[in-house]
Amino acid sequence: MIPPSFDYIAPQTLSEAVAALGQYENSKVLAGGQSLIPVMRFRLASPSVLVDINRIDGLAYINEDNGWLKIGAMTRESMLEHSALVHDKYPLLADVARVISDPIVRNMGTVGGNLANADPGNDQPATMLAYGAEIVAHGPDGERVIPIISFFLGLYESALAPNEILTEVRIPTAKPRSGGAYLKLERKVGDFATAAVATQVELDAKGNFASVGIGLTNVGLTAIKATAAEDFLKGKASTDDNIRQAAKLAADAAQPVADVRGSEDYKRSVVRTYTLRALRLAVQRAKGG
Amino acid sequence: MSKHHIQVTINGKLHEAEVESRLLLVHFLRENLNMTGTHIGCDTTSCGACTVQLNGKPVKSCAVLAVQADGMEVKTVEGLATNGKLHPIQEGLHEKHGLQCGFCTPGMMMTTSALLQQNPHPTEDEIRHAISGNLCRCTGYMNIVKAVQYAADKMAEGG
Repeated sequence: MIPPSFDYIAPQTLSEAVAALGQYENSKVLAGGQSLIPVMRFRLASPSVLVDINRIDGLAYINEDNGWLKIGAMTRESMLEHSALVHDKYPLLADVARVISDPIVRNMGTVGGNLANADPGNDQPATMLAYGAEIVAHGPDGERVIPIISFFLGLYESALAPNEILTEVRIPTAKPRSGGAYLKLERKVGDFATAAVATQVELDAKGNFASVGIGLTNVGLTAIKATAAEDFLKGKASTDDNIRQAAKLAADAAQPVADVRGSEDYKRSVVRTYTLRALRLAVQRAKGG
Repeated sequence: MSKHHIQVTINGKLHEAEVESRLLLVHFLRENLNMTGTHIGCDTTSCGACTVQLNGKPVKSCAVLAVQADGMEVKTVEGLATNGKLHPIQEGLHEKHGLQCGFCTPGMMMTTSALLQQNPHPTEDEIRHAISGNLCRCTGYMNIVKAVQYAADKMAEGG
């Protein structure tokens, strides 16, 4: 399978790339290409021009700055996986970095691409919903910041304008007594999730939930923020009973469809069980375990 | 349709070519350069048979455009042996019976030789994690893991 013909440009700067997206009809950003190139080969997408942003310097980084952990859009998923900072302080991100597709794909696949593609089966969207992240995008008028909750509009549809490029995702820096986890059920390494759950919690000095983020992967048209479950836990003690209640609410928030990976009921059940386990793990990690 | 002039260093040798935008790296290697050691398996980024190293990192060459490799270094299975001497991972697969049909083997070797470069003494878990994007339908992986361990020992001895 060979993609249909297209033109290709590889600008050296962000402003050239943004200009190119505005200039060419039906143009598309090429980041890691691990979804885009296969869908072009299947002829599910036929952009006329690919704007390759791999040659733009300065878009791959992971650093803490001014209250945020900032991740450059072109950071390869494997960079996250091997980052000591992520490993030590951001357990949810460390978890997700080990289960996105497979290790070889992660050498090309980027954090920015995983988000910008707005595929509900991708793992970063639910992760970033749980973290309460912000997206930084560059367009012809400069930079704008998009809260993650307003970023995913539909299946493969994000808040990015056609001539905007996602350049950074940032999450609040790790606080004391915080922790997270990502649990994914997959039929095999490299498959999309049957269902997966991202959790991020912060406990107060008494062990009550100060903040809770829960994101669900591949059980709806977009990644889903399980707000009823989050709201239920806020201010409550981090007991197993409360976590079980929240897991049920998260399962209610899922909107799965039956496919080769399972029935609706099965997937909802996976969401409940994985929310339970991921919350337990997040609490354990928040307590330093 | 656009054509691009590219320069790619493959196994230490510079290759120049005019390529179409849509030419995949795997086709560039196999069809333009007749380097057929890199296999096409699933054609869908799933199986890892087409794995090559791009600037030292294993990537699936069915999901990389040839033009993306412009100015970069590619290493393929043809570049593993030096002066007729097998790479320790090649020797390991031979010694430990780490292949049967051999179709996955080139990709498997490009992944594991990169692993050993980065992590000279991987645990069994680390080996299994590293090869989890390379499918083998024959061996059940046991002997592939042994082959990587053999290669790690051999490289530690300076071989």
